[in-house]
Amino acid sequence: MCRTDRVPTAGILWLALVVIMFVARSIAADHKDLIHDVSYDFHGRRMATCSSDQSVKVWDRSENGEWHCTASWKTHSGSVWRVTWAHPEFGQVLASCSFDRTAAVWEEIVGESNDKQRGLSHWIKRTTLVDSRTSVTDVKFAPKHMGLMLTTCSADGVVRIYEAPDVMNLSQWSLQHEISCKLSCSCISWNPSSSRAHPPMFAVGSDDSNVTYGGKVQIYEYNENTRKYAKAETLMTVTDAVHDIAFAPNLGRSFHVLAIATKDVRIFKLVPMRSDRKESTSTGPTKLEVQIVAQFDNHNSQVWRVSWNITSTLLASSGDDGCVRLWKANYMDNWKCTGILKGDGSPLTSSSGQPTAMSTIVGSSVQTSQNALNGMSAGR
Amino acid sequence: MEELDVEPAITNIPAASDGKHLGFAWGPGDILAYETLYMAPGMCAKGSGCSFIHEVRKDEDIYSPILRKLFNESHHIFVGLQTIREDLPSKNKKTQFVSISKNYRSVIRACMEELQQVAASVLVLQVSILLAIELIWNLCEVLFIDAAPAGPLLLHLLDWVRLHKGDVDEKAREVLQSESPAEHHDYWDVVVSYVLQGRFEEARQMLVKQATLQPAARNMYKLMDTLLSKMPFYNPGGTQTLTEFDVKWRHWHEEVDRCLQDNSFASNQHLEIICKILVGDEDTLLEHKELLSTWYHFLVTRLLFCHPTVKPTELHYYAQSCMTMFLDLRSVPEPLDSILLAAFEFDIHQVIKDCSIALNNWWFVAHLTDLLDHCKLLQSHNLHFGSNLREFLLLEYASGLFTHHSLWQLAVDYFDNCPEFGHVYLELQIERVPLDTERKALKVLRICEQRQMSEQVRSICKIMAMRALRNNRLGSALSWSIRAKDAAFATLISERFLQDYCARGTFSDLDLIDNLGPAMLLSDRLTFLVKYREFHKLYEENRFSEAAKLLLSLITAKIAPRSFWMTLLTDALPLLEQKEVSHSAHCALHCGFGHDLCFILQ
Repeated sequence: MCRTDRVPTAGILWLALVVIMFVARSIAADHKDLIHDVSYDFHGRRMATCSSDQSVKVWDRSENGEWHCTASWKTHSGSVWRVTWAHPEFGQVLASCSFDRTAAVWEEIVGESNDKQRGLSHWIKRTTLVDSRTSVTDVKFAPKHMGLMLTTCSADGVVRIYEAPDVMNLSQWSLQHEISCKLSCSCISWNPSSSRAHPPMFAVGSDDSNVTYGGKVQIYEYNENTRKYAKAETLMTVTDAVHDIAFAPNLGRSFHVLAIATKDVRIFKLVPMRSDRKESTSTGPTKLEVQIVAQFDNHNSQVWRVSWNITSTLLASSGDDGCVRLWKANYMDNWKCTGILKGDGSPLTSSSGQPTAMSTIVGSSVQTSQNALNGMSAGR
Repeated sequence: MEELDVEPAITNIPAASDGKHLGFAWGPGDILAYETLYMAPGMCAKGSGCSFIHEVRKDEDIYSPILRKLFNESHHIFVGLQTIREDLPSKNKKTQFVSISKNYRSVIRACMEELQQVAASVLVLQVSILLAIELIWNLCEVLFIDAAPAGPLLLHLLDWVRLHKGDVDEKAREVLQSESPAEHHDYWDVVVSYVLQGRFEEARQMLVKQATLQPAARNMYKLMDTLLSKMPFYNPGGTQTLTEFDVKWRHWHEEVDRCLQDNSFASNQHLEIICKILVGDEDTLLEHKELLSTWYHFLVTRLLFCHPTVKPTELHYYAQSCMTMFLDLRSVPEPLDSILLAAFEFDIHQVIKDCSIALNNWWFVAHLTDLLDHCKLLQSHNLHFGSNLREFLLLEYASGLFTHHSLWQLAVDYFDNCPEFGHVYLELQIERVPLDTERKALKVLRICEQRQMSEQVRSICKIMAMRALRNNRLGSALSWSIRAKDAAFATLISERFLQDYCARGTFSDLDLIDNLGPAMLLSDRLTFLVKYREFHKLYEENRFSEAAKLLLSLITAKIAPRSFWMTLLTDALPLLEQKEVSHSAHCALHCGFGHDLCFILQ
């Protein structure tokens, strides 16, 4: 007989209010210098890390959740800033970009059987993209419905879009578009929407200190007629350096959502406006109405990264306060911080690859609940 | 009412020191955090090596093995609820809805029982949360779904309080099992608790034991026994109207009051207290806060003894005043209090809103809101996002399920029942289900095919085809590309097959190629491959004239890849020497031969 008689203790729902997270596992990354990017593959079974030690490592997750490094190799002659996976439809393909002014494309080669037994795989370079004259700051694959297309942006202010016309031959890439943004670029994000209602669109962020050009975020849209990308919008209200930018996955909405990491976290809504022009086919990009949805300065200073989860229900940001913050909107579209990850500077006691002890989990829960209970009146 | 606002919890990431930044990456069901240093352009920083990457998860993952049963069984109830026909008469529907509500609650209780058996400190929290959930759900069932009118309303509320205040029975057991129950130090607490809960039969039985110990006070105990036995309780199934009951109750109330005025129980402090309780004296009730333990118990008790014919619309007034009277002036209402108060005020919207904020697991609000929506209770409140609220919550809940390695299949049904966004959510998330095995891939495919999600079907098949191709499993790659209806890929794989043949002189995956049927028409190259293999088969079986005819058609149809022309011509040579080949075929082959030879030589 189940005991339903115990009245919920005072304050129990205060505890439930907080999203309690814990460190389930710590993996020793073994890079010899700072890690600059970590990227999950599409299915969340593999991850790639890149570092100032000029190498990229690929990790595979086994069935019991443990991570094993299956490849580690030198990729560039400078710090590697970003690493990203292509869609699995194109196979196992990675792209990396570096301070050494290049971006590179890598493909996994199915190895010898003894390699497989040892849990190793090989990645070979398919191409090096050397068009940039300065550090390549970001590299992203375009949405898969556009084919196998790679985009880079550089400190020289140019966005370059490459295409591999034959997906079975990754050594052939052609530079399809070269877009000069006039400002040094730090980040790009493709609009993931594959709806026919929206032509291909990407956003570029700039961390240029130049004040002549006001807006540090530019939106470009592809035009079917001219077969070129044209600027659709500049976010003039974003005047400080932009370090990261991210379109949210589109879930049947008619508008776009864009998150920006600048001196604060900002979320914009971009609403395509219907064209009233007399021309049957518009010659310019879609007019976008820009609305700010939320702005958070909790990080106290620069925000360096923003990223959406898969369903765009949560946004994460990382800032100068050494924290990662999670943001969520309720059904009234009010945004709130629902969780914080903070480095506590304590040394890691358990060895890599092992789950943190249960007592630590309980410990941190208790710690959190203690915080939540502070201010509660005693007894009833 | 103000929205509950709480500081978010901080999760500490070890080994990430001061002055460093924290990088992150979203994963399915987790977020990776690592120490890094972001830099403005032109800056350079050297970091230490050997940093750690930390996998951060929500605490729900600890509970989920046990909650799995809750998720599974409630999924079953949910699906059943969606199929209740719209055209049923509302009376029948109401009975069904109440029954469904009770099913949900019994699933919650079963889950609590299981959790209670696992002695882990971390689960105490989860049990308490489930307790709160069941308490709230039960009240919502009484007020909203069953929607009892004045009369039965109080009886249902009494049941509700009794169900959630069972420690009385425990104490009573202890007292009764002692040597002399009437002298047990908890004896009077038990009696008073029974009275407070309106359990007069049990109270009377207990009092008998005291009465036998005090023969001198026999008359007093007899009087109390009479009062207790005569208290009217409304009988919903009976013929008495509410007004008649009210009259009867007032008479009884006056009688109790007369006993007080007459000092009938003055010499027995305990009986005097009970008499004051029966007459509904607020101060006396409040003196027993410890036994009541909650303001809502106080509320129901007060109604029982002051206003048993309370109407649903009057509840909020009593609830508010009881809460104020019961709680310390200093204390802040807790989330649970706000939720219950909102329920007594029949503010369904507020209940859902506060529950969404208070309980970060979406299970409860999603299922309750869905049920209330079916009862048409959300719409009647004219919320502009009435049904969107239901969808929002169901989508949140189901999205959480999707990251689970086996529960994701339950999520599909929830998405199916969200008419506006369910489909697009499903499309987005089902693509991410890892295709670890062919069996799993087929499972995912079946779900997509059933819902005409053709793009997802194509994509999954393409991923599998690519994977097979990379591992040189041409047969598997070919099957998958056919299923993906990917002509280009099928062509590519067919070419590989043909290259293989050229290199080794034999075909692989003969079973597959021989049994493709109409699927071979997907691409010219594939058709050629199948037909070419057929040609070889005919040749091996010495059916030379058929073989010749086939070869001829292959040449004339011009579906052979250029690289293969020499091979075809070479194949034709031995046929020309065969006697069985008909004369016309011979000629045709010669012509074909000649024609193509010219072609090749150009």
